[in-house]
Amino acid sequence: MPDHTAQTSPIIDVQDLTRKFGDFTAVDHITFSVGAGEIFAFLGPNGAGKTTTIKMLTTLLHPTAGRIRINGYDPQHQQDAVRKSFGIVFQDPSTDDELTAWENLELHGVLYGVDKALRRQRMEQLLDIVELSDRRDDQVKHFSGGMKRRLEIARGLLHHPKILFLDEPTIGLDPQTRNHLWSYVAELNVQEGITVFLTTHYMEEADKMAKRIAVIDHGKIVALGSSAELKAQTNTQTLEEAFLALTGKGIREEEAGAIDNMRLHARAWRGKRR
Amino acid sequence: MQTIYILWLRQIKRYSRSRSRMIGALGQPLLFLVALGFGFGPIFEKAGGGNYIQFLAPGIIAMSILFTAIFSGMEIIWDRQFGFLKETLVAPVPRLHIMIGRTLGSASVAFLQGFVVFLISMLVGFRPEQWGLFPIALLVMFLIALIFTALGTAIASVMEDFHGFQLIINFLVMPLFFLSGSLFPLQGLPTAIDIIAKLDPLTYGIDALRGTLVGAAHFGLTLDLGILVVLVALLMIVGSWLFSRIEV
Repeated sequence: MPDHTAQTSPIIDVQDLTRKFGDFTAVDHITFSVGAGEIFAFLGPNGAGKTTTIKMLTTLLHPTAGRIRINGYDPQHQQDAVRKSFGIVFQDPSTDDELTAWENLELHGVLYGVDKALRRQRMEQLLDIVELSDRRDDQVKHFSGGMKRRLEIARGLLHHPKILFLDEPTIGLDPQTRNHLWSYVAELNVQEGITVFLTTHYMEEADKMAKRIAVIDHGKIVALGSSAELKAQTNTQTLEEAFLALTGKGIREEEAGAIDNMRLHARAWRGKRR
Repeated sequence: MQTIYILWLRQIKRYSRSRSRMIGALGQPLLFLVALGFGFGPIFEKAGGGNYIQFLAPGIIAMSILFTAIFSGMEIIWDRQFGFLKETLVAPVPRLHIMIGRTLGSASVAFLQGFVVFLISMLVGFRPEQWGLFPIALLVMFLIALIFTALGTAIASVMEDFHGFQLIINFLVMPLFFLSGSLFPLQGLPTAIDIIAKLDPLTYGIDALRGTLVGAAHFGLTLDLGILVVLVALLMIVGSWLFSRIEV
Protein backbone atom coordinates (compact mmCIF):
# COMPACT_ATOMS: atom_id res chain seq x y z
CA MET A 1 0.00 0.00 0.00
CA PRO A 2 1.61 3.29 -1.06
CA ASP A 3 1.98 6.05 1.47
CA HIS A 4 -0.65 8.67 0.60
CA THR A 5 0.04 11.14 3.37
CA ALA A 6 2.63 13.85 3.62
CA GLN A 7 5.40 13.65 6.18
CA THR A 8 4.98 17.19 7.46
CA SER A 9 1.63 18.82 8.26
CA PRO A 10 -0.33 18.94 4.99
CA ILE A 11 -0.92 22.28 3.23
CA ILE A 12 -2.89 20.54 0.49
CA ASP A 13 -5.25 17.84 1.68
CA VAL A 14 -7.51 16.00 -0.75
CA GLN A 15 -9.96 13.20 0.02
CA ASP A 16 -12.07 11.19 -2.39
CA LEU A 17 -12.02 14.02 -4.92
CA THR A 18 -14.21 13.30 -7.95
CA ARG A 19 -15.20 15.28 -11.01
CA LYS A 20 -17.57 14.06 -13.68
CA PHE A 21 -18.37 15.68 -17.02
CA GLY A 22 -21.64 14.03 -17.99
CA ASP A 23 -20.93 10.30 -18.04
CA PHE A 24 -17.19 10.77 -18.20
CA THR A 25 -15.30 10.64 -14.91
CA ALA A 26 -12.24 12.86 -15.32
CA VAL A 27 -11.09 12.54 -11.72
CA ASP A 28 -12.12 9.43 -9.83
CA HIS A 29 -11.96 9.36 -6.02
CA ILE A 30 -8.39 10.53 -5.54
CA THR A 31 -6.88 10.99 -2.10
CA PHE A 32 -3.50 12.54 -1.33
CA SER A 33 -1.86 15.27 0.68
CA VAL A 34 1.14 17.55 0.24
CA GLY A 35 3.25 18.75 3.16
CA ALA A 36 4.20 22.40 3.65
CA GLY A 37 7.46 23.10 1.84
CA GLU A 38 7.29 19.94 -0.23
CA ILE A 39 7.73 19.62 -3.99
CA PHE A 40 5.03 17.28 -5.23
CA ALA A 41 4.50 16.09 -8.80
CA PHE A 42 1.51 14.77 -10.68
CA LEU A 43 2.68 12.56 -13.48
CA GLY A 44 0.29 11.16 -16.03
CA PRO A 45 -0.46 10.65 -19.71
CA ASN A 46 -2.61 13.07 -21.70
CA GLY A 47 -6.15 13.28 -20.42
CA ALA A 48 -5.33 11.56 -17.13
CA GLY A 49 -7.03 14.25 -15.05
CA LYS A 50 -4.05 16.38 -14.02
CA THR A 51 -5.39 19.73 -15.17
CA THR A 52 -8.92 18.97 -13.97
CA THR A 53 -7.50 18.30 -10.51
CA ILE A 54 -5.53 21.56 -10.52
CA LYS A 55 -8.63 23.46 -11.59
CA MET A 56 -10.53 22.07 -8.64
CA LEU A 57 -7.71 22.85 -6.21
CA THR A 58 -7.56 26.43 -7.50
CA THR A 59 -11.32 27.25 -7.31
CA LEU A 60 -11.82 27.25 -11.09
CA LEU A 61 -13.98 24.14 -11.14
CA HIS A 62 -16.41 22.70 -8.61
CA PRO A 63 -15.82 19.09 -7.58
CA THR A 64 -18.62 16.60 -8.11
CA ALA A 65 -17.73 14.98 -4.77
CA GLY A 66 -14.95 14.87 -2.22
CA ARG A 67 -13.16 17.22 0.13
CA ILE A 68 -10.30 19.67 -0.49
CA ARG A 69 -8.33 21.79 1.96
CA ILE A 70 -5.83 24.32 0.67
CA ASN A 71 -3.84 25.99 3.44
CA GLY A 72 -6.69 24.91 5.71
CA TYR A 73 -9.44 26.46 3.58
CA ASP A 74 -12.19 25.00 1.43
CA PRO A 75 -11.96 26.12 -2.25
CA GLN A 76 -15.72 25.93 -2.68
CA HIS A 77 -16.78 28.05 0.27
CA GLN A 78 -13.71 30.10 1.21
CA GLN A 79 -12.63 31.05 -2.28
CA ASP A 80 -10.80 34.27 -1.49
CA ALA A 81 -8.76 32.76 1.36
CA VAL A 82 -7.78 29.90 -0.94
CA ARG A 83 -7.01 32.24 -3.84
CA LYS A 84 -4.66 34.32 -1.71
CA SER A 85 -2.79 31.18 -0.68
CA PHE A 86 -1.54 30.13 -4.08
CA GLY A 87 0.12 31.40 -7.23
CA ILE A 88 -0.34 29.53 -10.47
CA VAL A 89 1.33 29.11 -13.82
CA PHE A 90 -1.28 27.67 -16.15
CA GLN A 91 -0.70 25.12 -18.86
CA ASP A 92 -1.56 27.74 -21.51
CA PRO A 93 -0.21 31.28 -21.45
CA SER A 94 -2.45 33.61 -19.49
CA THR A 95 -0.79 36.98 -19.81
CA ASP A 96 -2.45 39.85 -21.66
CA ASP A 97 -0.50 40.17 -24.90
CA GLU A 98 -1.50 43.77 -25.52
CA LEU A 99 -0.14 44.92 -22.16
CA THR A 100 3.52 45.29 -21.26
CA ALA A 101 5.31 42.99 -18.83
CA TRP A 102 5.17 45.72 -16.21
CA GLU A 103 1.43 46.31 -16.72
CA ASN A 104 0.69 42.60 -16.45
CA LEU A 105 2.43 42.50 -13.08
CA GLU A 106 0.80 45.73 -11.95
CA LEU A 107 -2.65 44.37 -12.78
CA HIS A 108 -1.94 41.19 -10.85
CA GLY A 109 -0.64 43.10 -7.84
CA VAL A 110 -3.75 45.27 -7.73
CA LEU A 111 -6.07 42.26 -8.06
CA TYR A 112 -4.30 40.63 -5.12
CA GLY A 113 -4.41 43.80 -3.03
CA VAL A 114 -0.64 44.17 -2.65
CA ASP A 115 -0.20 47.82 -1.70
CA LYS A 116 1.56 50.14 -4.07
CA ALA A 117 5.01 50.64 -2.54
CA LEU A 118 5.45 46.95 -1.76
CA ARG A 119 4.06 46.00 -5.16
CA ARG A 120 6.48 48.19 -7.07
CA GLN A 121 9.42 46.93 -5.03
CA ARG A 122 8.55 43.29 -5.62
CA MET A 123 7.85 43.89 -9.31
CA GLU A 124 11.36 45.29 -9.79
CA GLN A 125 12.84 42.42 -7.81
CA LEU A 126 10.96 39.68 -9.60
CA LEU A 127 11.67 41.09 -13.05
CA ASP A 128 15.34 41.04 -12.12
CA ILE A 129 15.15 37.46 -10.99
CA VAL A 130 13.45 36.24 -14.16
CA GLU A 131 15.80 38.45 -16.20
CA LEU A 132 13.15 40.54 -17.89
CA SER A 133 14.01 43.95 -16.43
CA ASP A 134 15.23 45.32 -19.73
CA ARG A 135 12.02 44.24 -21.47
CA ARG A 136 9.57 45.48 -18.85
CA ASP A 137 7.99 48.11 -21.11
CA ASP A 138 7.58 45.83 -24.11
CA GLN A 139 4.18 44.41 -24.95
CA VAL A 140 4.01 40.72 -24.11
CA LYS A 141 3.01 39.83 -27.67
CA HIS A 142 6.63 40.43 -28.68
CA PHE A 143 7.91 37.89 -26.12
CA SER A 144 9.06 34.34 -26.86
CA GLY A 145 7.36 31.38 -25.18
CA GLY A 146 10.12 31.14 -22.60
CA MET A 147 9.95 34.82 -21.74
CA LYS A 148 6.19 34.59 -21.28
CA ARG A 149 6.63 31.66 -18.92
CA ARG A 150 9.21 33.55 -16.89
CA LEU A 151 6.88 36.51 -16.67
CA GLU A 152 4.06 34.24 -15.52
CA ILE A 153 6.24 32.77 -12.81
CA ALA A 154 7.17 36.25 -11.62
CA ARG A 155 3.50 37.14 -11.63
CA GLY A 156 2.52 33.99 -9.74
CA LEU A 157 4.97 34.93 -6.97
CA LEU A 158 4.13 38.62 -6.72
CA HIS A 159 1.67 38.19 -3.85
CA HIS A 160 4.00 35.82 -1.94
CA PRO A 161 1.83 32.71 -2.08
CA LYS A 162 2.38 29.70 0.16
CA ILE A 163 1.78 27.29 -2.69
CA LEU A 164 2.90 27.50 -6.30
CA PHE A 165 0.94 25.46 -8.84
CA LEU A 166 2.81 24.73 -12.05
CA ASP A 167 0.69 23.00 -14.68
CA GLU A 168 3.09 21.65 -17.29
CA PRO A 169 5.09 24.86 -17.17
CA THR A 170 7.86 23.72 -19.50
CA ILE A 171 5.83 22.64 -22.52
CA GLY A 172 7.36 24.11 -25.67
CA LEU A 173 10.46 25.49 -23.96
CA ASP A 174 14.02 24.81 -25.00
CA PRO A 175 16.29 22.81 -22.65
CA GLN A 176 18.19 25.91 -21.49
CA THR A 177 15.03 27.70 -20.43
CA ARG A 178 13.66 24.57 -18.81
CA ASN A 179 16.81 24.09 -16.84
CA HIS A 180 16.87 27.72 -15.78
CA LEU A 181 13.24 27.63 -14.74
CA TRP A 182 13.56 24.52 -12.60
CA SER A 183 16.66 25.69 -10.82
CA TYR A 184 14.83 28.88 -9.97
CA VAL A 185 11.83 26.96 -8.64
CA ALA A 186 14.11 24.72 -6.58
CA GLU A 187 15.82 27.78 -5.14
CA LEU A 188 12.48 29.31 -4.18
CA ASN A 189 11.47 26.11 -2.51
CA VAL A 190 14.60 26.03 -0.37
CA GLN A 191 14.86 29.73 0.41
CA GLU A 192 11.21 30.69 0.86
CA GLY A 193 9.87 27.32 1.92
CA ILE A 194 7.24 27.62 -0.77
CA THR A 195 5.26 24.45 -1.51
CA VAL A 196 5.36 23.44 -5.16
CA PHE A 197 2.70 21.35 -6.86
CA LEU A 198 3.65 20.54 -10.43
CA THR A 199 2.33 18.46 -13.26
CA THR A 200 4.47 17.34 -16.14
CA HIS A 201 4.98 14.51 -18.51
CA TYR A 202 8.70 14.97 -18.74
CA MET A 203 9.98 12.10 -16.57
CA GLU A 204 13.39 13.57 -15.88
CA GLU A 205 11.82 16.77 -14.55
CA ALA A 206 9.65 14.92 -12.08
CA ASP A 207 12.56 12.68 -11.17
CA LYS A 208 14.90 15.59 -10.52
CA MET A 209 12.47 17.99 -8.86
CA ALA A 210 9.86 16.16 -6.87
CA LYS A 211 10.20 14.64 -3.45
CA ARG A 212 7.10 12.56 -4.03
CA ILE A 213 5.34 11.70 -7.26
CA ALA A 214 1.76 10.65 -7.81
CA VAL A 215 1.19 8.70 -11.00
CA ILE A 216 -2.32 9.42 -12.23
CA ASP A 217 -4.12 7.59 -15.01
CA HIS A 218 -7.78 7.50 -16.09
CA GLY A 219 -8.56 9.86 -13.21
CA LYS A 220 -7.11 7.57 -10.54
CA ILE A 221 -3.86 7.66 -8.58
CA VAL A 222 -2.21 4.36 -9.51
CA ALA A 223 0.95 4.86 -7.45
CA LEU A 224 2.39 7.40 -5.06
CA GLY A 225 5.84 7.70 -3.57
CA SER A 226 9.37 8.92 -4.17
CA SER A 227 11.01 8.17 -7.49
CA ALA A 228 13.04 5.40 -5.82
CA GLU A 229 9.93 3.86 -4.30
CA LEU A 230 8.12 3.85 -7.63
CA LYS A 231 11.05 2.13 -9.31
CA ALA A 232 11.29 -0.44 -6.53
CA GLN A 233 7.56 -1.06 -6.59
CA THR A 234 7.59 -1.79 -10.33
CA ASN A 235 10.98 -3.48 -10.41
CA THR A 236 12.35 -1.06 -12.99
CA GLN A 237 15.55 0.94 -13.48
CA THR A 238 14.24 4.34 -14.56
CA LEU A 239 11.21 6.44 -13.74
CA GLU A 240 10.13 6.21 -17.37
CA GLU A 241 10.04 2.42 -17.20
CA ALA A 242 8.19 2.62 -13.91
CA PHE A 243 5.70 5.02 -15.49
CA LEU A 244 5.10 2.76 -18.49
CA ALA A 245 4.77 -0.27 -16.24
CA LEU A 246 2.10 1.57 -14.25
CA THR A 247 0.15 3.20 -17.07
CA GLY A 248 0.66 0.80 -20.01
CA LYS A 249 2.05 1.50 -23.45
CA GLY A 250 -1.09 2.46 -25.37
CA ILE A 251 -1.10 5.94 -26.91
CA ARG A 252 -3.61 8.35 -25.39
CA GLU A 253 -5.84 10.52 -27.46
CA GLU A 254 -6.85 13.90 -26.22
CA GLU A 255 -9.80 15.53 -27.89
CA ALA A 256 -8.98 18.64 -29.88
CA GLY A 257 -10.80 21.14 -27.76
CA ALA A 258 -12.09 24.61 -28.31
CA ILE A 259 -8.64 25.98 -27.58
CA ASP A 260 -7.06 24.36 -30.59
CA ASN A 261 -9.79 25.69 -32.83
CA MET A 262 -9.32 29.13 -31.37
CA ARG A 263 -5.62 29.08 -32.07
CA LEU A 264 -6.39 28.50 -35.73
CA HIS A 265 -8.80 31.42 -35.68
CA ALA A 266 -6.29 33.63 -33.95
CA ARG A 267 -3.60 32.86 -36.46
CA ALA A 268 -5.90 33.71 -39.33
CA TRP A 269 -6.91 36.92 -37.56
CA ARG A 270 -3.43 38.09 -36.76
CA GLY A 271 -2.42 37.41 -40.33
CA LYS A 272 -5.18 39.67 -41.55
CA ARG A 273 -4.43 42.48 -39.18
CA ARG A 274 -0.78 42.73 -40.12
CA MET B 1 -12.83 49.94 -6.40
CA GLN B 2 -9.20 49.32 -7.32
CA THR B 3 -10.18 46.13 -9.13
CA ILE B 4 -12.81 47.93 -11.16
CA TYR B 5 -10.40 50.74 -12.01
CA ILE B 6 -7.52 48.52 -13.12
CA LEU B 7 -9.77 46.40 -15.35
CA TRP B 8 -11.36 49.53 -16.79
CA LEU B 9 -7.88 50.84 -17.53
CA ARG B 10 -6.95 47.58 -19.22
CA GLN B 11 -9.81 47.87 -21.71
CA ILE B 12 -8.88 51.48 -22.47
CA LYS B 13 -5.23 50.58 -23.01
CA ARG B 14 -6.10 47.69 -25.29
CA TYR B 15 -8.30 49.99 -27.33
CA SER B 16 -5.79 52.80 -27.62
CA ARG B 17 -3.13 50.32 -28.74
CA SER B 18 -5.09 48.79 -31.58
CA ARG B 19 -5.29 51.77 -33.92
CA SER B 20 -6.08 49.62 -36.93
CA ARG B 21 -9.18 48.30 -35.19
CA MET B 22 -10.17 51.80 -34.18
CA ILE B 23 -9.86 53.17 -37.70
CA GLY B 24 -11.30 50.04 -39.31
CA ALA B 25 -14.43 50.41 -37.21
CA LEU B 26 -14.96 53.92 -38.59
CA GLY B 27 -15.12 52.81 -42.22
CA GLN B 28 -18.58 51.29 -42.01
CA PRO B 29 -20.36 54.27 -40.38
CA LEU B 30 -18.70 56.62 -42.83
CA LEU B 31 -19.86 54.50 -45.77
CA PHE B 32 -23.40 54.36 -44.41
CA LEU B 33 -23.49 58.10 -43.86
CA VAL B 34 -22.24 58.89 -47.33
CA ALA B 35 -24.02 56.19 -49.36
CA LEU B 36 -27.37 56.22 -47.56
CA GLY B 37 -27.28 59.84 -46.50
CA PHE B 38 -26.60 61.27 -49.93
CA GLY B 39 -28.21 58.39 -51.83
CA PHE B 40 -31.63 58.50 -50.16
CA GLY B 41 -31.48 62.20 -49.28
CA PRO B 42 -33.41 63.52 -52.29
CA ILE B 43 -36.22 60.93 -52.01
CA PHE B 44 -36.50 61.47 -48.27
CA GLU B 45 -36.83 65.19 -48.80
CA LYS B 46 -39.41 64.81 -51.58
CA ALA B 47 -41.48 62.60 -49.29
CA GLY B 48 -41.53 65.41 -46.78
CA GLY B 49 -39.08 63.93 -44.27
CA GLY B 50 -36.69 66.87 -44.27
CA ASN B 51 -32.93 66.57 -44.34
CA TYR B 52 -31.99 62.88 -44.35
CA ILE B 53 -28.48 63.38 -42.93
CA GLN B 54 -30.07 65.08 -39.91
CA PHE B 55 -32.33 62.05 -39.51
CA LEU B 56 -29.71 59.40 -40.26
CA ALA B 57 -26.72 60.58 -38.22
CA PRO B 58 -28.10 59.64 -34.76
CA GLY B 59 -28.89 56.17 -36.14
CA ILE B 60 -25.36 55.70 -37.44
CA ILE B 61 -23.79 56.98 -34.21
CA ALA B 62 -25.89 54.44 -32.31
CA MET B 63 -24.93 51.72 -34.80
CA SER B 64 -21.23 52.22 -34.21
CA ILE B 65 -21.80 52.12 -30.45
CA LEU B 66 -23.86 48.95 -30.81
CA PHE B 67 -21.20 47.14 -32.83
CA THR B 68 -18.24 48.22 -30.73
CA ALA B 69 -20.06 47.49 -27.47
CA ILE B 70 -21.22 43.99 -28.39
CA PHE B 71 -17.83 43.02 -29.76
CA SER B 72 -15.86 44.34 -26.85
CA GLY B 73 -18.27 42.65 -24.46
CA MET B 74 -17.55 39.47 -26.37
CA GLU B 75 -13.80 39.94 -25.94
CA ILE B 76 -14.29 37.66 -22.96
CA ILE B 77 -14.28 34.77 -25.42
CA TRP B 78 -10.77 35.71 -26.52
CA ASP B 79 -9.68 36.10 -22.94
CA ARG B 80 -11.16 32.75 -22.10
CA GLN B 81 -9.38 30.97 -24.91
CA PHE B 82 -6.08 32.76 -24.51
CA GLY B 83 -5.96 32.31 -20.80
CA PHE B 84 -6.15 35.82 -19.45
CA LEU B 85 -9.66 35.25 -18.12
CA LYS B 86 -8.31 32.50 -15.83
CA GLU B 87 -5.84 34.95 -14.37
CA THR B 88 -8.70 37.21 -13.30
CA LEU B 89 -10.93 34.34 -12.19
CA VAL B 90 -8.40 32.91 -9.70
CA ALA B 91 -7.77 36.36 -8.20
CA PRO B 92 -9.18 36.95 -4.72
CA VAL B 93 -11.75 39.52 -5.81
CA PRO B 94 -15.51 39.24 -6.33
CA ARG B 95 -16.47 38.33 -9.86
CA LEU B 96 -19.01 41.12 -9.82
CA HIS B 97 -16.16 43.66 -9.59
CA ILE B 98 -14.35 42.00 -12.46
CA MET B 99 -17.49 42.13 -14.57
CA ILE B 100 -18.23 45.75 -13.70
CA GLY B 101 -14.65 46.86 -14.43
CA ARG B 102 -14.59 45.14 -17.77
CA THR B 103 -18.03 46.37 -18.73
CA LEU B 104 -17.32 49.98 -17.81
CA GLY B 105 -14.06 49.80 -19.77
CA SER B 106 -15.64 48.31 -22.87
CA ALA B 107 -18.58 50.69 -22.64
CA SER B 108 -16.20 53.66 -22.44
CA VAL B 109 -14.48 52.40 -25.56
CA ALA B 110 -17.80 52.06 -27.40
CA PHE B 111 -18.80 55.52 -26.21
CA LEU B 112 -15.56 57.02 -27.56
CA GLN B 113 -16.11 55.27 -30.85
CA GLY B 114 -19.61 56.74 -31.02
CA PHE B 115 -18.26 60.18 -30.26
CA VAL B 116 -15.76 59.94 -33.11
CA VAL B 117 -18.61 58.93 -35.45
CA PHE B 118 -20.51 61.99 -34.22
CA LEU B 119 -17.55 64.16 -35.28
CA ILE B 120 -17.42 62.41 -38.66
CA SER B 121 -21.13 63.00 -39.17
CA MET B 122 -20.49 66.71 -38.66
CA LEU B 123 -18.00 66.49 -41.52
CA VAL B 124 -20.68 65.20 -43.88
CA GLY B 125 -23.10 67.92 -42.90
CA PHE B 126 -24.85 66.86 -39.69
CA ARG B 127 -25.63 69.75 -37.31
CA PRO B 128 -27.10 69.28 -33.82
CA GLU B 129 -30.02 71.64 -33.42
CA GLN B 130 -30.00 72.11 -29.67
CA TRP B 131 -26.58 72.20 -28.03
CA GLY B 132 -28.22 72.67 -24.64
CA LEU B 133 -29.26 69.02 -24.61
CA PHE B 134 -25.85 67.83 -25.79
CA PRO B 135 -24.74 66.55 -22.35
CA ILE B 136 -27.86 64.39 -22.28
CA ALA B 137 -27.04 63.10 -25.75
CA LEU B 138 -23.64 62.03 -24.40
CA LEU B 139 -25.36 60.32 -21.48
CA VAL B 140 -27.65 58.48 -23.90
CA MET B 141 -24.62 57.35 -25.90
CA PHE B 142 -23.05 55.94 -22.75
CA LEU B 143 -26.27 54.16 -21.76
CA ILE B 144 -26.46 52.53 -25.20
CA ALA B 145 -22.85 51.46 -24.79
CA LEU B 146 -23.54 49.95 -21.36
CA ILE B 147 -26.62 48.04 -22.52
CA PHE B 148 -24.87 46.32 -25.38
CA THR B 149 -21.58 45.70 -23.58
CA ALA B 150 -23.54 43.92 -20.87
CA LEU B 151 -25.40 41.98 -23.56
CA GLY B 152 -22.09 41.03 -25.19
CA THR B 153 -20.77 39.91 -21.79
CA ALA B 154 -23.86 37.81 -21.20
CA ILE B 155 -23.52 36.13 -24.59
CA ALA B 156 -19.79 35.55 -24.20
CA SER B 157 -20.31 34.00 -20.78
CA VAL B 158 -22.30 31.15 -22.26
CA MET B 159 -20.36 30.79 -25.53
CA GLU B 160 -17.31 28.53 -25.50
CA ASP B 161 -15.70 29.80 -28.69
CA PHE B 162 -16.35 31.81 -31.84
CA HIS B 163 -18.32 29.14 -33.70
CA GLY B 164 -21.58 30.90 -32.95
CA PHE B 165 -20.16 34.28 -33.87
CA GLN B 166 -21.72 34.48 -37.33
CA LEU B 167 -25.04 33.49 -35.81
CA ILE B 168 -24.84 36.36 -33.33
CA ILE B 169 -23.99 38.88 -36.03
CA ASN B 170 -26.68 37.82 -38.50
CA PHE B 171 -29.49 37.01 -36.10
CA LEU B 172 -28.88 39.49 -33.34
CA VAL B 173 -26.62 42.44 -34.15
CA MET B 174 -27.81 43.13 -37.67
CA PRO B 175 -31.54 42.88 -36.83
CA LEU B 176 -31.00 45.06 -33.76
CA PHE B 177 -29.55 47.70 -36.04
CA PHE B 178 -31.77 47.48 -39.11
CA LEU B 179 -35.07 47.15 -37.24
CA SER B 180 -34.43 49.96 -34.77
CA GLY B 181 -35.64 52.87 -36.85
CA SER B 182 -32.05 53.86 -37.43
CA LEU B 183 -32.59 54.22 -41.19
CA PHE B 184 -36.32 54.92 -41.46
CA PRO B 185 -38.96 56.87 -39.47
CA LEU B 186 -41.16 54.87 -37.10
CA GLN B 187 -44.39 56.49 -38.32
CA GLY B 188 -46.83 54.44 -40.37
CA LEU B 189 -44.90 51.16 -40.35
CA PRO B 190 -46.60 47.79 -41.07
CA THR B 191 -47.78 46.30 -37.75
CA ALA B 192 -45.21 43.48 -37.65
CA ILE B 193 -42.25 45.79 -38.17
CA ASP B 194 -43.75 48.27 -35.73
CA ILE B 195 -43.93 45.61 -33.00
CA ILE B 196 -40.40 44.38 -33.64
CA ALA B 197 -39.04 47.91 -33.60
CA LYS B 198 -40.73 48.55 -30.28
CA LEU B 199 -39.10 45.41 -28.82
CA ASP B 200 -35.66 46.48 -30.00
CA PRO B 201 -33.71 48.24 -27.21
CA LEU B 202 -31.70 50.22 -29.75
CA THR B 203 -34.92 51.89 -30.96
CA TYR B 204 -35.17 53.83 -27.71
CA GLY B 205 -31.48 54.72 -27.75
CA ILE B 206 -31.73 56.16 -31.25
CA ASP B 207 -34.99 57.89 -30.45
CA ALA B 208 -33.41 59.54 -27.41
CA LEU B 209 -30.44 60.61 -29.54
CA ARG B 210 -32.78 62.17 -32.10
CA GLY B 211 -34.68 63.82 -29.27
CA THR B 212 -31.56 65.40 -27.81
CA LEU B 213 -29.63 66.17 -31.01
CA VAL B 214 -32.33 67.20 -33.50
CA GLY B 215 -35.38 67.55 -31.24
CA ALA B 216 -37.49 64.84 -32.87
CA ALA B 217 -38.21 62.03 -30.39
CA HIS B 218 -40.99 59.68 -31.48
CA PHE B 219 -41.71 58.30 -28.00
CA GLY B 220 -40.58 61.30 -25.97
CA LEU B 221 -37.29 61.72 -24.17
CA THR B 222 -38.57 60.75 -20.72
CA LEU B 223 -39.92 57.40 -21.85
CA ASP B 224 -36.76 56.70 -23.85
CA LEU B 225 -34.44 57.47 -20.93
CA GLY B 226 -36.59 55.48 -18.53
CA ILE B 227 -36.49 52.40 -20.76
CA LEU B 228 -32.72 52.75 -21.31
CA VAL B 229 -31.99 52.96 -17.58
CA VAL B 230 -34.17 49.93 -16.82
CA LEU B 231 -32.43 47.98 -19.59
CA VAL B 232 -28.99 48.89 -18.27
CA ALA B 233 -29.95 47.60 -14.83
CA LEU B 234 -31.54 44.45 -16.21
CA LEU B 235 -28.71 43.50 -18.54
CA MET B 236 -26.03 44.27 -15.94
CA ILE B 237 -27.78 41.87 -13.56
CA VAL B 238 -28.16 39.13 -16.17
CA GLY B 239 -24.61 39.70 -17.47
CA SER B 240 -22.97 39.53 -14.08
CA TRP B 241 -25.02 36.51 -13.07
CA LEU B 242 -23.92 34.61 -16.17
CA PHE B 243 -20.35 35.86 -15.77
CA SER B 244 -20.24 34.64 -12.17
CA ARG B 245 -21.08 31.13 -13.36
CA ILE B 246 -18.22 30.80 -15.85
CA GLU B 247 -16.07 27.73 -15.35
CA VAL B 248 -12.90 27.42 -17.38
